[in-house]
Amino acid sequence: MPLFSMSGVTKRYGGVRALEDANLAIEGGRIHAVLGENGAGKSTLIKIMAGVVMPDEGRMVLDGAPVAFASPAAANDAGIACIFQELSLIPDLSVADNIAISNPPRRFGLIDRRAQRRIAEQALSRAGGENIHPLALIKDLSLSRRQIVEIAKALARRPRILILDEATSALTAADVTKIYGVLRRLRADGLALVYISHRMHEIVELADECTVFCNGRSVATFAAGTKTDNEIVEMMIGREYSAVFPARVPRAASAASPLLEVRHLSWTERLSDVSLKLKAGEIIGLGGLDGQGQRELLLALFGVLRGTTGEVLIDGRPVDITGPDVAKRSTIGMALIPEDRKTEGLMLPMSVRDNLSFAALDTLSHWGVVDRAAEEDAVDRIVRRLAVRTDGTSQPAGSLSGGNQQKLVIGKWLMTRPRILLLNDPTRGIDVGTKQEIYGLLQELAGAGAAVLFYSTDYDELVGCCDRVLVMYDGAIRRELSGDEITEHALVSSALNVGSEPRSEGAPHSV
Amino acid sequence: MSSDWRYGLHEHKGTLLAFAAFVLMFTIYATNHPAGLNANVATTAANKGTLLAIVAIAQTMVVLTAGIDLSVGMVMVLANCLASTVVNGSPLMTALGVLSVLFVGGLCGAINGLIVIYGRLQPIVTTIATGAVYYGAALALRRVPGGDVNSSLADALTGQLPGGIPASLALLLGLVLVVWLPFRRSAVGRAAYAVGSSEIAAYMSGVPVRRAKFVAYTLSGILASAAGLFLTLITYSGEASAANGSTYTLYSIAAVVLGGVSLFGGSGSAVGAIFGALMFRTIGDLLFVFNVEPLWQPLFQGLVLFAAVCLGTARLLRIRNRLDLYG
Repeated sequence: MPLFSMSGVTKRYGGVRALEDANLAIEGGRIHAVLGENGAGKSTLIKIMAGVVMPDEGRMVLDGAPVAFASPAAANDAGIACIFQELSLIPDLSVADNIAISNPPRRFGLIDRRAQRRIAEQALSRAGGENIHPLALIKDLSLSRRQIVEIAKALARRPRILILDEATSALTAADVTKIYGVLRRLRADGLALVYISHRMHEIVELADECTVFCNGRSVATFAAGTKTDNEIVEMMIGREYSAVFPARVPRAASAASPLLEVRHLSWTERLSDVSLKLKAGEIIGLGGLDGQGQRELLLALFGVLRGTTGEVLIDGRPVDITGPDVAKRSTIGMALIPEDRKTEGLMLPMSVRDNLSFAALDTLSHWGVVDRAAEEDAVDRIVRRLAVRTDGTSQPAGSLSGGNQQKLVIGKWLMTRPRILLLNDPTRGIDVGTKQEIYGLLQELAGAGAAVLFYSTDYDELVGCCDRVLVMYDGAIRRELSGDEITEHALVSSALNVGSEPRSEGAPHSV
Repeated sequence: MSSDWRYGLHEHKGTLLAFAAFVLMFTIYATNHPAGLNANVATTAANKGTLLAIVAIAQTMVVLTAGIDLSVGMVMVLANCLASTVVNGSPLMTALGVLSVLFVGGLCGAINGLIVIYGRLQPIVTTIATGAVYYGAALALRRVPGGDVNSSLADALTGQLPGGIPASLALLLGLVLVVWLPFRRSAVGRAAYAVGSSEIAAYMSGVPVRRAKFVAYTLSGILASAAGLFLTLITYSGEASAANGSTYTLYSIAAVVLGGVSLFGGSGSAVGAIFGALMFRTIGDLLFVFNVEPLWQPLFQGLVLFAAVCLGTARLLRIRNRLDLYG
């Protein structure tokens, strides 16, 4: 008998069916992977398990007894802990406070700080975060460290079922390896782990069983390793799966001078002496471990960072970009797709139309008055071009799925007709179908003469999309790979900054 | 670990700064006072300071949850009017009177809390409305200033302890030890900080969000009524003064800001707010000591408050990533 099972679970939001007759059975001592595109119902499934939302129909059974969770606290009490994709840490409290937040140890009714410290240190070491100080405030930690604290926090509740929703998406490669070890140890301890990830190699490496969701239904459950990647992807997207990466659009080899040139760019201790040249029609990737200065480089180019040194040239002329407003001017024509679409990319409560036209409002208005007809027209064109799935352009951006939200962020900047497109990990946490569309779009834009600078935490993307890849380490470009040199092996070894020689010949190695 | 103290310092920076600023101001005040710092001067200053400090603690409770309580002054006035009626007679009667004043204050705070939690109204609007209602109740209770209060209780709490120490400071210390520190160290107090810092994250972590807010608002009401009680003990009478109510509400927010409590919620301490209140009072007294016309007092207080706010935002000048400006 499984430790926990749900059967016939259905959840509707208004008229939209998020989950329909979903079934899932999980057992202790196993890692159960849940796969599916965004909008396939995975998030709703987890939210139901974690007590965040109540199902409309269906039953859940824990230890042979039917259960229902009215709140996250109720699910916690039943031994279910969840690590959400959106971090649930409290920024102004310390690491130890956060780890013990759900049920702080008490003595005479007051929080026992010494016991709390002990619990925090134990949980941190179980989660592979021994080097995180328990008194540090969450807001002072990096994203990767916060994710480790998040895992420690879940473990401190001594759960029997641990749900990880894209738990590794914010982690640096070093932390990912640690987390794999942690998860295997937890499995050996008898925990049931539910693992949600978009990264196929993680599933292959970790899972015992897999359940695939498509359009709100659980379509198949099978033992890991019994299906090929291709078969799994086909189940997920329900359509023929040919090549993940679109063929490169042939571009005229431009001997022209670079559109964007960066000379000796430095900023605090995070960027040191970065130089690069980007030509029209070229897609350059930024590689390396997460947090090696890639993000800062893009922000610096876009004028967000104060106190940078070095030179930026557009069309061979030095420019001083002091902010996004300057960067988007037609003489420069730069656009940045930010990392976090929910905070930096979109105004979630505002409509699809408003979100799309924000960056281009100056070109859509006369004497400060927005030309509504022209706006509507331009918005419609972008929505069609990017195939954004909406119920109309008046729908709030926040009600779209993650992939469609990302399309809005990209669409917003396409409305300004950028010549230089900077992308900060644009495919993080979005579904396979949308990813492919974004890859296709990048090729199309480059084919039309745009210059693309593309940071990705996914090495496959860099291999599949880029003409050249600049690998960063510790704020500097350590390695430039181009053409056939761009292999996963080369990317990983140079990302770790281990002294391996360039391997321009031979088959790509998987690492 | 040896680096523990650094994290502690970082956490209590606002409180320590407020303490240092107060000590500096008070030293200037004391050394320049024409009569020197004798026990009577200190007691008068302490009583005024304590009154505002208690209201500031009340305000802190709500501000920590990222709310704001614009009814604290009115609850204080209501309690003042009530206390001038019921805190009288035999010791038993007086004690019952004190309890009923605190109970009414708690009730006012609880109503604020319930409206904010279940009515989902913004704290600022809710407390403007309830504040007006509470003031109406105060007026109904006392149309003209008057009443009386148990004088031995008044003398005990507004006078001096042996050694000339102002009794009001002991009262303040008592409030910190009996109300603030237990709250700070309790699970529900932790929850109040969590709610103020990130309500969604708190909810997702299974923190009792509603209970935390309810307790914060109720405690705020109780403390505001304690301030009203103390006002009665100082003045020996009750007065439904709208001016008093509004002034103390605004000053309590000033004290909270001076004390390093974040108006965004989630960080700061009532101890900081107490020093903020004492500092704000000392500013007024400083002008008196230097023979400046009282006319200039609001202007000067405003400038100091402005300086404090600027100090709080000085970090923005050091920000190298403009995105942090909008965090």
